[in-house]
Amino acid sequence: MYDDATLIDAPAPSPVQRARGMRTQIAGKWSGPAQVTTTKETENDDWVACIAAIRDRQDEAAFARLFGHFAPRIKAFLMRSGADATLAEECAQEVMATLWQKAHLFDPTRASAATWIFTIARNRRIDALRKQKRPEPEDLTWGHEPEPDQADVLALQQESDQLGAAIAALPEKQRELIEKAYFSDLSHSEIAEQTGLPLGTIKSRIRLALDRLRHAMK
Amino acid sequence: MTHTIKHHLTDALLMAYSAGSLPEAFSLTVAAHISMCDECRARLAAFDTVGGALIEQCEASRMSAGSLDATMALIRAARPEGKPAPRRGGILPAPLQDYIGGDLDAVRWRPVGMGVKQAILPTSKEATARLLYIPAGAAVPDHGHRGTELTLVLQGAFVDEVDRFGPGDIEVANEDLNHTPVADIGADCICLAATDAPLRFRALMPRLAQPFLRI
Repeated sequence: MYDDATLIDAPAPSPVQRARGMRTQIAGKWSGPAQVTTTKETENDDWVACIAAIRDRQDEAAFARLFGHFAPRIKAFLMRSGADATLAEECAQEVMATLWQKAHLFDPTRASAATWIFTIARNRRIDALRKQKRPEPEDLTWGHEPEPDQADVLALQQESDQLGAAIAALPEKQRELIEKAYFSDLSHSEIAEQTGLPLGTIKSRIRLALDRLRHAMK
Repeated sequence: MTHTIKHHLTDALLMAYSAGSLPEAFSLTVAAHISMCDECRARLAAFDTVGGALIEQCEASRMSAGSLDATMALIRAARPEGKPAPRRGGILPAPLQDYIGGDLDAVRWRPVGMGVKQAILPTSKEATARLLYIPAGAAVPDHGHRGTELTLVLQGAFVDEVDRFGPGDIEVANEDLNHTPVADIGADCICLAATDAPLRFRALMPRLAQPFLRI
């Protein structure tokens, strides 16, 4: 069930690329910073600044803004994963508290605010709903710079936005399955049982979706 | 790492690891491979970005009144977060060292016959993770799989019907593969193997031994 042939033949990242902080490679290629600035980027710029404000001066107003935007989304994510409203509310609060406590570990050249928050929420979900540990990969040896290069932050953000737009543009059936895979905590076989779709259909729809995302990132 | 990794994680495994739906033993194996493989680390970052985009596009649920204050109270009550644990070094990747409680010298091996040794790691029950020690030139008995088996080479190398697997390489085997991994003659081979169903040994003896040895 995890045996699909590797679809991404990404070349090993060059040391420069790696030092710049492991850009997303869904397309297997890294394209230089794009030129378009959208409203959404400005928004994430803000989230990055908010997290820095929490890290540097325990800025409660910045935290309140992040909370207003992300806490309701984390709660929705957890409810779709099978948590009841009370548990989802409690976990969303804990995830946001973790964000405060780990603000110094956030590296905006490696992940957008939304991506980082997703990983915290996912780990909380594994802990709360499955009572399991989540083994994490070893940290990179070079660590991250205290003052990230703004060009790198922007480039990563543009890629994240591009990917977000590509996901929003997926055909409904493909998008639904990607969402289910991320939100429902189900394996492909379990999704097959739940939806009544043949396992092969699920696998091929997900593969098609990933192909589309890769194409969009080229 | 001087050896170039040739065998990588599949999209399906990376996506499931990013989504958080893998059994713990598989997550451990994926985390150990990513610790050794920059390419899969970058691919994982892409899958995490999918998760971030989905949470961003999620229809929001209303938080209860006073939830922000409650969260601020949580933050004030918590002890400040310390620095992350330093990278440990040693032979085994850090996530494995966490499960062993040390590096290779801390592994408590149990012999399983023909010079092969194993150590089962404590994970949740849906899948099993174990370290395998295969002496140079020795074979793990010919076996098939009911479910999925991931084998990550940590040291040395093994060869089977598919290819040669060196340090950092991961083999993803399913129901269709019957194989006899043989350790490279040059050095003893140490692997991390995770399965979500018991292996099926084709010779009679190992199958009888299977329930006792838990392999």
